[in-house]
Amino acid sequence: MKKFLVLFTALAALWTAPAYAALQVDVTQGNAQPLPIAIPDFLGDPQVGANVAGVVRADLERSGLFRPLDPHGFAEHVTNINAVPNFGSWRAITAQGLVTGQVTQQPDGRLRVDFRLWDVFGQSQMLGLQFFTTPENWRRIAHMVSDAIYERITGEKGYFDTRIVFISESGPAIKRVKRLAIMDEDGANPIFLTRGDYMVLTPRFNPTAQMIAYMSYIGGKPRVYLFDIETGKQERLGDFPNMTFSPRFSPDGNQVALTLETGGNSDIYVMDLRSRAMHRLTTDPGIDTAPSFSPDGKQIVFESDRGGGQQIYLMNVDGSGQRRISFGPGANGTPVWSPRGDLIAFTRRQGVQFSIGVMRSDGSGERIITNGGRDEGPTWAPNGRVLMFGREAPGGRGSSIWSVDVTGRNERRVLTPGSASDPAWSPLIQ
Amino acid sequence: MMSFSRSLKFTCLSAALVLGACTHKQEAVNTAPPPAPPPAPSAPAPVTSSILPGSAEDFRVNVGDTVHFGYNEYSIQDTDKSILGRQAAWLAKYPAVRVSVEGHADERGTREYNLALGARRANAVKEYLVSQGVSTGRVETVSYGKERPICTESNEGCWAQNRRGVTIVTGGANS
Repeated sequence: MKKFLVLFTALAALWTAPAYAALQVDVTQGNAQPLPIAIPDFLGDPQVGANVAGVVRADLERSGLFRPLDPHGFAEHVTNINAVPNFGSWRAITAQGLVTGQVTQQPDGRLRVDFRLWDVFGQSQMLGLQFFTTPENWRRIAHMVSDAIYERITGEKGYFDTRIVFISESGPAIKRVKRLAIMDEDGANPIFLTRGDYMVLTPRFNPTAQMIAYMSYIGGKPRVYLFDIETGKQERLGDFPNMTFSPRFSPDGNQVALTLETGGNSDIYVMDLRSRAMHRLTTDPGIDTAPSFSPDGKQIVFESDRGGGQQIYLMNVDGSGQRRISFGPGANGTPVWSPRGDLIAFTRRQGVQFSIGVMRSDGSGERIITNGGRDEGPTWAPNGRVLMFGREAPGGRGSSIWSVDVTGRNERRVLTPGSASDPAWSPLIQ
Repeated sequence: MMSFSRSLKFTCLSAALVLGACTHKQEAVNTAPPPAPPPAPSAPAPVTSSILPGSAEDFRVNVGDTVHFGYNEYSIQDTDKSILGRQAAWLAKYPAVRVSVEGHADERGTREYNLALGARRANAVKEYLVSQGVSTGRVETVSYGKERPICTESNEGCWAQNRRGVTIVTGGANS
């Protein structure tokens, strides 16, 4: 897959207004009113200008924090993004934010995208940026514009310029075909990475989003593999006589925590990717699996049934200090540490009901945030504010991927090509 | 209705598993005296009269390839010990045969947990066979967790079918 060079610079502010920023959204509010924002089609090439603005509108709308206004209702026609807008006419249609932009083809063939974010009530420019890239890369620029707007208004990093690796499913439940696939965060550009002649499960990104660790049944032997997105090369991780599964990268990308089954017993190990040395972390005769590193790399959260039922445990990265942190009802598993470090997402199962929950990293403050019936396997947006997960339809009728705010609001189905499960959210792409 | 659809699924599965054996069976009909009809005619009717002793299908049909487990359990149930005993005896009779034991779970578990549970079940079957004299090197294990159900309804009837260990002949069989 091609790497794209994206350059951006700040545009000179057109307006020196009061320094206070009236326009802001608090992403922690469970009942936030979406902010009305006007995003006219960008000037310049009409097709590309409309495409870029359309992606930005869709990104911001999907976040649940913004309400992009219908361009048909705009009274003001932007003709020059380097002129101060007529704020009164935007106020009249209740817009609080305004984005003006322009796309131009450079003499060297590159695409240049300029945009400015305006505070309509504060009558000031909040942001002005310019991007250069190859023309086919216009969607990424649009996502970067969305990220910049999101960050300027919420104070949190955006997550639109990211990708999702997932398992694409087809066929009946008794012989379902599962393929490794990747797509943009908004579902665009889906690409299959394996053909489907062997089953693959539980893909996860490394911190640079260039490598995927996953489990594959290639050759009939379920083992952890690495997939290099740049080269398409697949490599089995280690050579073990038994099953390896449930891989996850360390925050520095140099290690993979995984589960190795020996004589029917599953224990957690950490493999150093350079030396390929394996270090065993659990020795309990119970099931120990689903490890996930804390963002500082010092701890690992995992699941174990050593106490009788499936529950969530914490340990230091050397395996010391193992202790149970989940005490809620039912079975609790698949813990995933938030990139912010504050929360751990997990799957709760009671009978055949599966839900996604979050708890603080000491196990306190547990909240269940979905109730779709068969919700499993959470993954965090890089800003730790949004989760995706898989939702299975009962009776083996297929799976879908959903997203939800950590507050439990704004649950949405994620666009995928057909049935899909096991999403993993990339870090922000570098 | 349910049992009808279930038997359909079994038939499809059986057909898939013995496809290789079926092809060879046509030759066996022409060259060998017809053996006695098998007691469990769950395979497609046209080939049931031609099971070759020592073949994968002989094992599956005349010995029995599947044992079942309790919810979140992996101990061999007393009622299944006779099947595993027959498997061990058959493997003693055909010492070149190698097998793989597949461990499966029902849908009531997360993906990774069920992979681990399936491994426990496959290993429990392997250990029982080894305790009956089968050498450990002849038995591989593989877990499919909840990824390969044979029944897809959300009820105990289906769950009980899906919580299973299946011994598959992988090599060294007569064909």
